[in-house]
Amino acid sequence: MSTLEATNVGHQVGHKVVLEASNVTMRFGGLTAVNDVSMQVHDGEIVGLIGPNGAGKTTFFNCLTGMYIPTEGTVKLSGEVLPPKPLKVVRAGMARTFQNIRLFGNMTALENVMVGRYCRTSSMALTSVLRGPKFKREEAATRERAQELLDYVGLGKSAELLARNMPYGDQRRLEIARALATDPQLLLLDEPTAGMNPKETEECMHLIFKIRDSGLAVVVIEHDMRFIFQLCDRVLCLVRGALLIEGTPGEVQSDPRVIEAYIGGSDDDDDEEGTK
Amino acid sequence: MDAFAQQLVNGLTLGSLYALIAVGYTVVYGIVQLINFAHGEVFMIGAFGALSTWLVLFKGQTGLWVLPIMIIGAIIASVVTAVLMERIAYRPLRNAPRLAPLITAIGISVFLQEFVRLFYGRVPFLDFPDAKQKVPFPQIDVVTGKAFEIGNVTIQRSAVFTVGALIMCAAALWYFVNRTKMGRGMQAVSQDPDTARLMGINVDRVIVVAFAIGAALAAIAGVAQGLQVTNINFKMGFLAGLKAFTAAVLGGIGNVWGAVVGGVTLGIVEAMAVQFIPGTFGGSPWKDVWAFALLIIVLVFRPQGLLGAKVVDRA
Repeated sequence: MSTLEATNVGHQVGHKVVLEASNVTMRFGGLTAVNDVSMQVHDGEIVGLIGPNGAGKTTFFNCLTGMYIPTEGTVKLSGEVLPPKPLKVVRAGMARTFQNIRLFGNMTALENVMVGRYCRTSSMALTSVLRGPKFKREEAATRERAQELLDYVGLGKSAELLARNMPYGDQRRLEIARALATDPQLLLLDEPTAGMNPKETEECMHLIFKIRDSGLAVVVIEHDMRFIFQLCDRVLCLVRGALLIEGTPGEVQSDPRVIEAYIGGSDDDDDEEGTK
Repeated sequence: MDAFAQQLVNGLTLGSLYALIAVGYTVVYGIVQLINFAHGEVFMIGAFGALSTWLVLFKGQTGLWVLPIMIIGAIIASVVTAVLMERIAYRPLRNAPRLAPLITAIGISVFLQEFVRLFYGRVPFLDFPDAKQKVPFPQIDVVTGKAFEIGNVTIQRSAVFTVGALIMCAAALWYFVNRTKMGRGMQAVSQDPDTARLMGINVDRVIVVAFAIGAALAAIAGVAQGLQVTNINFKMGFLAGLKAFTAAVLGGIGNVWGAVVGGVTLGIVEAMAVQFIPGTFGGSPWKDVWAFALLIIVLVFRPQGLLGAKVVDRA
């Protein structure tokens, strides 16, 4: 496997708290999927979220984005408490991608990204029917911005392809472009490299660094440990819904409890990578 | 040959009417997977809205210039009905099992029919005719009156209006769905409502717009129907709605172009069956039989409809 050359050395994290999740708990009946998890993310910071399968990582994401209403706890974005409504969460500046890719398959790549612009444009149904000059301007601006974002993630040439016909790695990047189209302050990536080969994984890492350097805060869920420890400024490990440890990649990597939680984790990870 | 051409014209007219209504079924189904059985009544209310506009503003006028205003009146009546219906009856049931909104739809259908039947003639301060029987629909210059004759084929003026309305509506709809923000939002919601919501789309608004578009097209169909048959009644939505629903399924429900193709196909087959099936099974009493027989045959061999997607992603 090729070495991942990019590292995080020498990077300065910002001082502004972008995301502040306090004591988030999510119960489904008797099952506590997320138990009292708190988390802070600053601008220009990449935070990793790891944990064995079923640890509640994705459920935690769903609480952050308003898909689930947390049983307890609050989520603040730039100091504002978020209402648990996906629409409002996106408007406030949080965007995400999905573990299992959820693109609009029957739309082109460009259209997918344009959908992401939806909440940042104002045209009402009526003005779009009447096709006023404002509508035309806005439509053109949306198209232009979408193309820019496709170029940004390296899909500039695939704009007219149907999303479902695109290669897997491209679909993942398209999801990132679509999320960026909503002008987020915080980007949540749910297993962005799942199913990618080593080369694609490395490209993905560079892309995430590039996004971070533009001032966004990024939270990444990932099972690829090598990837996460090179990428992140800080790592949180969830086990059975609760926060096990939080620290720098070095601290988390060497913590015996983390290894134990993965039950001989490092070997498993290598196997997983081999099969990918 | 003349008979064939004549039936082609008749079928196209009838089919255009079905298609205009069918779009409403299919747009709503595509977005919320709901068969809005009250859509036929939205069509009926459109016709009554046009009539009311004429009675209040232009009673006795027959100039062509009143037609656009009648159409606007029809659209307002239908859209308000459809939007209220969505708000009051369907939205609270958004997450209920499928059967609940379906039965609600049938209930609304009966409610609207009876409401018009009982109350239309009793609107205070307005001298509206009683809607318990057929009500004459105003005849407008240019779009009604003496038919065109081409060879031995008769083309009603109202038929030209109906087909023209379908073509214009289809073009406008194509533009709306493919070239506007709201249209893209609708496509996104129909493909994956949860993801659409997480991408910042106001799903509730998209659903309202879907109902409104269907209602607007049904209203135009209501006016076309009034001009064609010269009278309207509170029951007119029932069979028209059923046929339009058939057309939507025939074309592939959820697919807007399927509704148009299905509507026109159904209309033409009906007209041809009247003319060309001989003996006991022919003639206009059997036309509905042949229309629904066509539906069954298509569904046996192509369950997704003529233009439906092969893979149904949500059952």
